[in-house]
Amino acid sequence: MTSPPKNRPVDAVIIGYGWTGAILAKTLTDAGLSVVALERGPARDTSPDFEFPRIADELKHAIRGDLWQPLANETVTIRHRPDDLAVPYRKYGSFVLGNGVGGAGVHWNGQLWRASPEDLNLRSHIEQRYGKHFIPPDMTIQDYPVTFGELEPHFDHFEKVCGTSGVAGNLRGQIKSGGNPFEGPRSDEFPTPPLPAIFAAQLFEKAAAELGYKSFPTPAANSSIAYTNPYGVRLGPCNLCGFCERFGCFLYSKASPQTAILPILAGRQNLEVRPNSYVTRILLDDTGKIATGVLYIDEAGRELEQPASLVILSAFQMHNVRLLLLSKIGAPYDPASGKGVVGKNYAYQMCAETAAYFSEDVEINPFIGAGAAGQRVIDEFNSDHFDHSQVGFIGGSLIYAGATGGRPIDQMMVPPGTPAWGAGWKAAIRKHYRHSAPMGTQGSVMAYRDRYLSLDPTYTDSHGLPLLRITFDWHANEYKMAAYSAAKMEEIVRAMKPERQATILMRPGNPYDVRIYQSTHTTGGAIMGSNPSNSVINRYSQSWDVPNLFVYGASAFPQNIGYNPTGLLAGLAYFSAEKLRNAYLKSPGPLVSA
Amino acid sequence: MLAAVGRLIPADGAGPGGIEAGVPEFIDRQMELPYGYGSYFYLKGPFHPDSPVTLGYQLRFTPREIYRQGIAEADAAARTSLGADFAGLGAARQDEFLASMQQGRLALPTVPAAALFGQLLENTKEGYFSDPIHGGNRDMVAWRWIGFPGARADFTDWIDQAGVAYPYGPVSIGGNRT
Repeated sequence: MTSPPKNRPVDAVIIGYGWTGAILAKTLTDAGLSVVALERGPARDTSPDFEFPRIADELKHAIRGDLWQPLANETVTIRHRPDDLAVPYRKYGSFVLGNGVGGAGVHWNGQLWRASPEDLNLRSHIEQRYGKHFIPPDMTIQDYPVTFGELEPHFDHFEKVCGTSGVAGNLRGQIKSGGNPFEGPRSDEFPTPPLPAIFAAQLFEKAAAELGYKSFPTPAANSSIAYTNPYGVRLGPCNLCGFCERFGCFLYSKASPQTAILPILAGRQNLEVRPNSYVTRILLDDTGKIATGVLYIDEAGRELEQPASLVILSAFQMHNVRLLLLSKIGAPYDPASGKGVVGKNYAYQMCAETAAYFSEDVEINPFIGAGAAGQRVIDEFNSDHFDHSQVGFIGGSLIYAGATGGRPIDQMMVPPGTPAWGAGWKAAIRKHYRHSAPMGTQGSVMAYRDRYLSLDPTYTDSHGLPLLRITFDWHANEYKMAAYSAAKMEEIVRAMKPERQATILMRPGNPYDVRIYQSTHTTGGAIMGSNPSNSVINRYSQSWDVPNLFVYGASAFPQNIGYNPTGLLAGLAYFSAEKLRNAYLKSPGPLVSA
Repeated sequence: MLAAVGRLIPADGAGPGGIEAGVPEFIDRQMELPYGYGSYFYLKGPFHPDSPVTLGYQLRFTPREIYRQGIAEADAAARTSLGADFAGLGAARQDEFLASMQQGRLALPTVPAAALFGQLLENTKEGYFSDPIHGGNRDMVAWRWIGFPGARADFTDWIDQAGVAYPYGPVSIGGNRT
């Protein structure tokens, strides 16, 4: 067998050029390293790829998903239980995968949350407050090996990079009105003020206040003003255009790698970005302890080796786990024994929605909105912000209000009982489109012994490599959590006084349904932890097995949170990047002794 | 197909029907694009069409094949049981036939009737509501019907007017306005 041609060796190779890839590209090129970034999808930039008016095309972007990973080439397989047959995720539904430069950071909603302090030491926090017996035996939740206080400067920095709009609720320990009173102490205000609430969010705000809840503006990576970030990159004000969630931003308002970081990397002589480059394996030396580079297929279809002294694995959560398994790095997780770590603790989020149908004199204007800006939210029933001792579950949900664009194909709401077609449907869409509003919960999902990721034994990608297999279904804890959160949401919606309201909620007996979009916040499988027997990476995102390999993204989360993951995963990446630059590059080797 | 679109979004009563909105042309065009040929979907076998429905689409067919084969089979079924092609049935019998497909009561030899119906309804709504650049939603009739302003994508002047009806009609990617 002839070995594939080798490119010129570089100091570092980056796999996946989304948010964390861009963060690490900046850090490593700042430090003077020669860096090659390999991105599976095409090169993309605000101009011309997200230009108005072509971007304002619901069919192309929000239905067909031209910015998403083409499933024809690679998808995942899914089953509910370890003894079921997994079948391919053939069409998009439950989650959407990013593709191309910027990754999912192009078409995300820009909801930029920090984790709650207790989310990061969840197991010990729950044991301490409620007792060890409170955690079901098959619930495999773990503490992060890093604290809120350690991450806070990095959360703060990333919020500034993104021009995040919002209101502080806890400024250096002082609770401030108008913000989230449940957040951990922050060192600084948000860099830009919030946009005014859109109308549905105003109704929600008022109803929440009547019930004694403290609503606040959703932290939004949609800048509200002309703003220059710490890297000198300029962002523009969001105009609530309605083409945000699932679209690239044409206004340089929604932060993405393109709008916030990549402009300062353009032209760096020590950085080369190679789009359409599909990494198939991380290469190891004979000891299996040192990565020597990666094998990839370039845009011409040639298999090439890219030697590197440092490997940054910064693809999407699922792809990180798959590439570790394909590269045989770390012991694959075995649900029967509970041993092994790669693929362990896959988790998701559980969401519910209440649609409020108002009378025709209530002008919701659902097309005015953004992925995050203009929305309002409460955090009373998330994390451990309320006493769980009597509710019978762990975790919780955000409860939020606000339309993201009122997209007619995808987001048309009609009351239950309306026919799906015919004259009745046609009359109903006119009656309700401008006068209905969605409210939602977004809830945490804990980790379990029988929920995990592995390689599929049957199905392959377009190069013949095994697909990733997801084994996942809801557990009783999550059904209870979602029902509790949805009941609180319904109470708020009732106080908004719509003519009708209707809730969509997964109840016991409803299995995980991949046909319905729920959340792209998939987590785990390459989790961080305190030692090599419980995790894939250490607190600095460094592989326990291969110390010159660092893994970034939500694959690191030991279990999922009720918040959107980008703030936490970016915080973890900056925390790691600082240590990498200040310690690892001076003396490469394990940053935590095993 | 034309006849079915005319029943899924009928011209009856107020508001534009699917045919006048150009939905059939939209679907024809989509079938000639990568979508029609299944390029957006993972279509490698083996296939397990009897998997739990919650695991999603598990048929081997591309959207073109669903129509080509499914419509022929549905017409054959209509001829056998009702004595005419779908297009030759009256509106009331067409609606009843569509409902039997939607509910999976109609058995077809290879294409599940509910899958044919599901794709037809999905594509019909796509053609009704998508930008006219794709061939449907002619003159933005569907957007005008529901009050969606299309590709305006700028609500700076409405950020401070929450609760006030947005007054402007739709614009399209192609620069048409109403």
